[in-house]
Amino acid sequence: MGKRFLAIWFPYLITDWMVIRNQELKHIPFAVITQERNRQIIVHVNPLARQHGLHVGMLMADARIILPDLQTFKHNPQTQHKLLNELAQRCIKYSPQVSIDEAQGLFLNIVGCTHLWNDEYHYVKDTIFHFKEMGYEAKVCIADTMTTAWAVTHYGKEQIIAPTKQMQAILSLPPKALRLSEVIVQRLGKLGFHTINSFINIAPSTLRRRFGDEIVKKINQAMGTQPESFITIDEINPYQQRLPSLEPISTNKGVEIAIENLLEHLCLRLKKEDLGIRSATLKCYRVDGKLQQISIGTNQASINIKHLFRLFELKINQIKPGLGIELFVLEADNVEELMQEQKVIWQEQGESSLSEINELLDFISIRAGKNAIRRYLPQQHHWPENSIKAIADLNLLPENEWPICKPRPTVLLNQPEPIMVSAPIPDYPPMNFIYKGENHRIAKADGPERIEREWWLESGEHRDYYYVEDENGKRYWLFRLGHYSEKSSTKWFIHGFFA
Amino acid sequence: MQKIFRENIIEQLRQQINALEGHKQIPDKSSKKADLNFLDAYFPNQVFPTGVIHEFLSEETENLACTTAFISGLLSKTNAKNSFYIWIGNQKKIFPAGLKLFGIEPHQIIFINLAKQKDILWATEEALKCKSIQAVISELDSISFAQSQRLQLTIEKSKVTAYILRTNNNINSTTCAVRWQISAIKSYNNDVDMPGIGFPSWKIDLLKIRNGNPKSFNVGWLNGQFINTEPAKIETTILKVVG
Repeated sequence: MGKRFLAIWFPYLITDWMVIRNQELKHIPFAVITQERNRQIIVHVNPLARQHGLHVGMLMADARIILPDLQTFKHNPQTQHKLLNELAQRCIKYSPQVSIDEAQGLFLNIVGCTHLWNDEYHYVKDTIFHFKEMGYEAKVCIADTMTTAWAVTHYGKEQIIAPTKQMQAILSLPPKALRLSEVIVQRLGKLGFHTINSFINIAPSTLRRRFGDEIVKKINQAMGTQPESFITIDEINPYQQRLPSLEPISTNKGVEIAIENLLEHLCLRLKKEDLGIRSATLKCYRVDGKLQQISIGTNQASINIKHLFRLFELKINQIKPGLGIELFVLEADNVEELMQEQKVIWQEQGESSLSEINELLDFISIRAGKNAIRRYLPQQHHWPENSIKAIADLNLLPENEWPICKPRPTVLLNQPEPIMVSAPIPDYPPMNFIYKGENHRIAKADGPERIEREWWLESGEHRDYYYVEDENGKRYWLFRLGHYSEKSSTKWFIHGFFA
Repeated sequence: MQKIFRENIIEQLRQQINALEGHKQIPDKSSKKADLNFLDAYFPNQVFPTGVIHEFLSEETENLACTTAFISGLLSKTNAKNSFYIWIGNQKKIFPAGLKLFGIEPHQIIFINLAKQKDILWATEEALKCKSIQAVISELDSISFAQSQRLQLTIEKSKVTAYILRTNNNINSTTCAVRWQISAIKSYNNDVDMPGIGFPSWKIDLLKIRNGNPKSFNVGWLNGQFINTEPAKIETTILKVVG
């Protein structure tokens, strides 16, 4: 399936936004201006002012001649990004992948999305309608590549470019539509290339020599032969709780109160939706603009405020408040449905309440790390190292019984350790062995139990295990690796200790 | 009849004296009695003490293997099925598959691996606070009196039993109720000269026992039960167990 992108361009983004906030502006021409050195330049104009001949980049002095009573507003460079981000969040309903185009636009990766609106035509109509409802004029276009879609929204009229037809779509557009740098656009203009059609068929090497690498890259991107970067926006976490503080907070006690407060609100909300926290992050925005954060995780969805607070409490010391924290944000990164546990009227000593154990393990794992906590289940493998499997979930039960037909030691060495052995003739148990400098004379022995390697997992020699007891009554698990051979000496190992 | 009556009175008086001496941990007869077979006789009041600290000396790996098995046996006898145990240590040596033989479900043990002694002590204390846990087993190099006191205070609230495996045999005074040393002795083969290894047998040294007398005896494990392997008793017990 080919790629499909929707480009959205808001030609009057800032002015539309100002009109939404102040309806009186709807019927008068106005402009947003900025001070550049000692002159004022127009940054944004509304449609009415444009009709009078004003345009972006115009000097304010010239504009005053055309419209003496033109209303002006000061330009705030941060507004645009904030607005785009907000609009991008709203576009999540159209596609899960939204990217911001700093030139007053958005890109949506719409593969697999349009059929929900029946087809691309209705999809486009709905997006335009959606923004119109909000008060924004939007020009949109669907194409196989982002560059083509962008070019057509800005300079073309179509709204849907059929798959693989991007070439035809951009032929008649000016070179600017390829988002080339100003220098290249001017040079193209000087040479008489007024449409993309006039230079697109020139050999890339020639173009590269004349105009640099950029133009070839842009053409390829428009055609879809070279990938474009698509940076998706961060989705807003739906389970978020904010707590601004009147005065910057710099004490642990203050942080504790903030966490308690946030947890109370968040858990109340989650409880209504029957959800519980699996992982949460506390973000502390400091006065100096730095961000401090701590995260916790749980083994089982929880809305137990006391428990969650205990988890955070362990990490409070990691927060460096500096000059003070002005905003606390608690986010539930991962939520899960709450497990319904039957309430017991009274609890007998030692009767297991899974949630209590889970809470204990959460608490320990904050300090010990998640990997430190393990349970083991039997696995259907004979090879001792593979016969058990580590798991973390408390609810899992073994699929089959733990085997007890063969003797297994209670203590197993992580790595078998080599020992010196004297054994009589092949396949008899050893007479004695030396382990850690101590000679053990073997009194009784069982075996051998041959365990083959699982050839589909690993290669190597089999092991012949002997269960032996020395003269002092100590019991060991020894094995011989592979067959006896005349060429090399046989290797013996100790692998475990029996009770 | 009179004799039994008199013995009852003496027993009651003993308990009263113990209570006056401040030993609160006298096990309640009405509580679920562990079925430890003949082992019960070694404990005060013939009840295996739970909700206290048990200390095991197991410096050598061979002893650790025996101690592990013995504790598993104790756990299986003294606790309800489907209960969870926590095993805190730093060695990753215990092989769960080997514990099933000693009556315990190995998947009911939650292993926590921690590198530092301090962390192990901390985790032990936290685990002991949790009433849903049946028993906490922790492998510790050493434990000071103050540290054990702290654990003891936690236990008094939660009544969870602590088993401390000391990997260092230097004994110091602690608040443990029982101090054990378990070492392997020759496996028992039903007194007949059968080839191969018999059922596991251990020598148990009760080095310290609160309200009781320190003793030393042999014990074996057969068919999911502790059995007496003292030469005089062995045949009758085996007959009883095997049927």
